[in-house]
Amino acid sequence: MSSILFPKPDPGILARRDEIIAGLTRLLPSECLITSEDERRAFETDALTAYRRMPLAVALPRSTEEVSALLAFCAAEGVKVVPRGAGTSLAGGAIPQEDALVIAVTKLNKILDVNYPNRTVRVQAGVTNLSISESVMPDGFFYAPDPSSQLACTIAGNIGMNSGGAHCLKYGVTTNNVLGVRMVLMDGTIVDIGGDALEAPGYDLLGLIVGSEGQLGIVTEATLRILRMAEGARPVLFGFPSSESAGACVAAIIGAGIVPVAMEFMDKPAIAICEAFAKAGYPLDVEAMLIIEVEGSEIEMETQLARIIEIAGKHDVQVVKESRSAMETALIWKGRKSAFGATGRVADYICMDGTVPTGQLSHVLKRTGEIVESYGLRVANVFHAGDGNMHPLILYNVNDPAEQEQAEAAGMDILKLCVDVGGCLTGEHGVGIEKRDLMRHQFTEADLAQQMSVRAVFDKDWLLNPSKVFPLEGRNAA
Amino acid sequence: MSTLVPENENQAIEIVKDAKARRQPLAIEGGGTRAGLGRPMQTAAILSTQALSGIIFHEPAEMVIRARAGTPLAQVEAALASKGQVLPFEPMDHRGIFGSEAEPTIGAVAACNISGPRRIRNGAARDSLIGVRFINSAGEAINSGGRVMKNVTGLDLVKLQCGAWGTLGLLTEVTFKVIPASETEGALVLEGLDDTTAIAAMSAALGSPFEVSGAAHEPGAPARTILRIEHFSSSVDYRLGELEKLLSKFGRPRRLDRQASQALWRNIRDAASLNEDRSKALWRISVAPSQAPQVITTLSDKGLTFEYFFDWGGGLIWLSLPASGDASAVQIRAALSGTSGHATLVRAPLELRQSVEVFQPQSIAMMKLIQGVKASMDSAGIFNPGRMYAGV
Ligand SMILES: Cc1cc2nc3c(=O)[nH]c(=O)nc-3n(C[C@H](O)[C@H](O)[C@H](O)COP(=O)(O)OP(=O)(O)OC[C@H]3O[C@@H](n4cnc5c(N)ncnc54)[C@H](O)[C@@H]3O)c2cc1C
Repeated sequence: MSSILFPKPDPGILARRDEIIAGLTRLLPSECLITSEDERRAFETDALTAYRRMPLAVALPRSTEEVSALLAFCAAEGVKVVPRGAGTSLAGGAIPQEDALVIAVTKLNKILDVNYPNRTVRVQAGVTNLSISESVMPDGFFYAPDPSSQLACTIAGNIGMNSGGAHCLKYGVTTNNVLGVRMVLMDGTIVDIGGDALEAPGYDLLGLIVGSEGQLGIVTEATLRILRMAEGARPVLFGFPSSESAGACVAAIIGAGIVPVAMEFMDKPAIAICEAFAKAGYPLDVEAMLIIEVEGSEIEMETQLARIIEIAGKHDVQVVKESRSAMETALIWKGRKSAFGATGRVADYICMDGTVPTGQLSHVLKRTGEIVESYGLRVANVFHAGDGNMHPLILYNVNDPAEQEQAEAAGMDILKLCVDVGGCLTGEHGVGIEKRDLMRHQFTEADLAQQMSVRAVFDKDWLLNPSKVFPLEGRNAA
Repeated sequence: MSTLVPENENQAIEIVKDAKARRQPLAIEGGGTRAGLGRPMQTAAILSTQALSGIIFHEPAEMVIRARAGTPLAQVEAALASKGQVLPFEPMDHRGIFGSEAEPTIGAVAACNISGPRRIRNGAARDSLIGVRFINSAGEAINSGGRVMKNVTGLDLVKLQCGAWGTLGLLTEVTFKVIPASETEGALVLEGLDDTTAIAAMSAALGSPFEVSGAAHEPGAPARTILRIEHFSSSVDYRLGELEKLLSKFGRPRRLDRQASQALWRNIRDAASLNEDRSKALWRISVAPSQAPQVITTLSDKGLTFEYFFDWGGGLIWLSLPASGDASAVQIRAALSGTSGHATLVRAPLELRQSVEVFQPQSIAMMKLIQGVKASMDSAGIFNPGRMYAGV
């Protein structure tokens, strides 16, 4: 299957592979350099597994200085570089190309400093998202952005993609929780942008770097905000006869001045899949389900939940299930957080990630169903209802090339729909290679040229993750 | 100096193209409230956003508002208030600082990343700004971001524009995420703490689960350390009570009711206590909270006399002193060396701003990036040239 194109590898680089590797060997010890075909295979793809390319070699640097030496070398040799964290990107953001060196930051995995008075942590970029929260949890703190992949994914990748999570309605996404980075530019220059103060001077380059998908530099360290955990958190689960009533309920809750920590939506197919996997006690006879979580003291949670339940009552709610224990809470979330994994047990799927204005949710859900059906496929929907970030999971059989093509085509139609109703192509997974060729649907030529000329400030020769984000043709316009 | 007042985007584009062709730099102005902030510019004309005005939409259920850049901030806030909503970041009003009677605009709030005390809880303007439309120096109208709060499509030029002080283009439309206004608020006041103890008290409060939305300290006789909770009324009572317990080792705080709290926090937001003598220079220093007392001690040890207070739990120092010499720029910035803190000279006479860097000087490597970004959006160098840095 190959509807997404890769640029043709540079034959000059391929021909010089031995020489380039010899150069890399002078910069890194052998245990930090992967060159054999067998071992390189582990880096061929990310979580967009339908696509893979064998990298030229893989470097696993242990310090910012090693990253700097590697980049300076690659810049001088004209070798392309694909930065990599844990390789869990769903958009193909970390997929290599044959003429590129993969630089993976997974050996940079130390937590350098925890500062409770300032409520910050400084970490090396290869630490996993979850390990940060785990390290401060005994003291009652956490790092807020919580992608479902948090056990595996790295802060480097989170910064690359500006990742979100289920609780970002209240706590924001990565860009709202990063205070500073140490980053190596393509020419090897090391820069510190931001730090442990709340604001950095000059232009907000930090805001530009977060979500830049490895195109502006390689992040080696980050300073993050940590927050004190709420006294308690409790979800309530609602079943609705239609997605319209669920959507109206979400709007009414916000209208009442309540912003819950999370408002997660599942449609009937998703409920069935997750329930079969997690045995979370989800209602199977409803068309739509909401998991709404509130935080605070016992009394506060009860008061807020009572108000929310009252509102749901005015929107045809069929099932109301309040969590009564920590175990029930964990189960309710287990079902939601394992949605992708559980779906993967049922069928292969591609996961879309468009965001729509929340007022359009019902319409887009309905159209999504129609679109996928028109391709003869099935879809399950799980998403963050509070912010309109949809995740239709289009089910197909990966061994059937025709079906895969249909699935991709359906996905593209859905993303266009998201843009057409006032939303965007990607809410948290990034553009990568997956949505690259749809960028012109959301942006004008001038918009894209402007972005590309900003990109070129950091990497004038387009060596850093060059095949991502921007449509391959028309780049010289920048 | 002439003032150009486009009434729509096309007119604005024509003005920009003309300025580019004639190489005539423009001073971009909203209400003009903050015209006194920044390095003095050599500009041929003022480009005013005054007539690019009006709310384009406000969708309360989606918690989003879009307005043209020249829309008065007051109009935006009134529209939000009518639906029980607010801007999350509590933008400060600079009129007091500058003695201005102009009308601040929402575009300037975006361009200058204007936030207030609630920033410690809800982030800055940059965290709520989710979309911009701007005109670059080629005269192209560029969109970045949009109207949805989760959006990682392409490079985030929204962030670049926010806090660029108009040096990267003319903003024509801005879109903000908004939040419900809290039902009520209340505050605790601890008296008599020294700086270090006050920071410790504020850190304890901010490190508590009670979602403190304001933490400031004013030294003096007596010194006051003030903590705010905004929430549903039952929660405000409960949380203030819990905070009192938590802070008992720092003293017995006094409670302020909603009205008193609102008045006090408005003054803190606007740095009103440092406005009496506007001939004085006013510095805004951003620093990690734990380092704030040391910065103050260092400056006192050097024999400087100044007035100051802390906001953001110590992460923001407002400091005023005589506008003589370099307004102590060298000493203030030296006191910050080795930290990631930085200082902005918010208020100072024109001559002083000619000789002293208003915004924190940057390393050579960072300056190269800043200049590159400037050139990528304003290759003609016509938007607020030099307002932030020479040549930028
Ligand atoms: C089961 C599953 C669930 C998921 N759930 C969520 C979710 O809830 N929310 C969400 O937002 N995402 C989710 N994702 C997507 C993915 O986990 C995130 O995008 C994550 O941030 C990627 O991190 P990573 O370490 O795997 O990075 P990678 O996939 O290795 O890289 C991601 C991007 O960052 C760049 N990059 C990596 N390292 C660096 C560096 N050091 N410097 C600069 N750029 C770098 C890469 O080039 C690439 O473009 C999920 C993925 C899976 C498989």
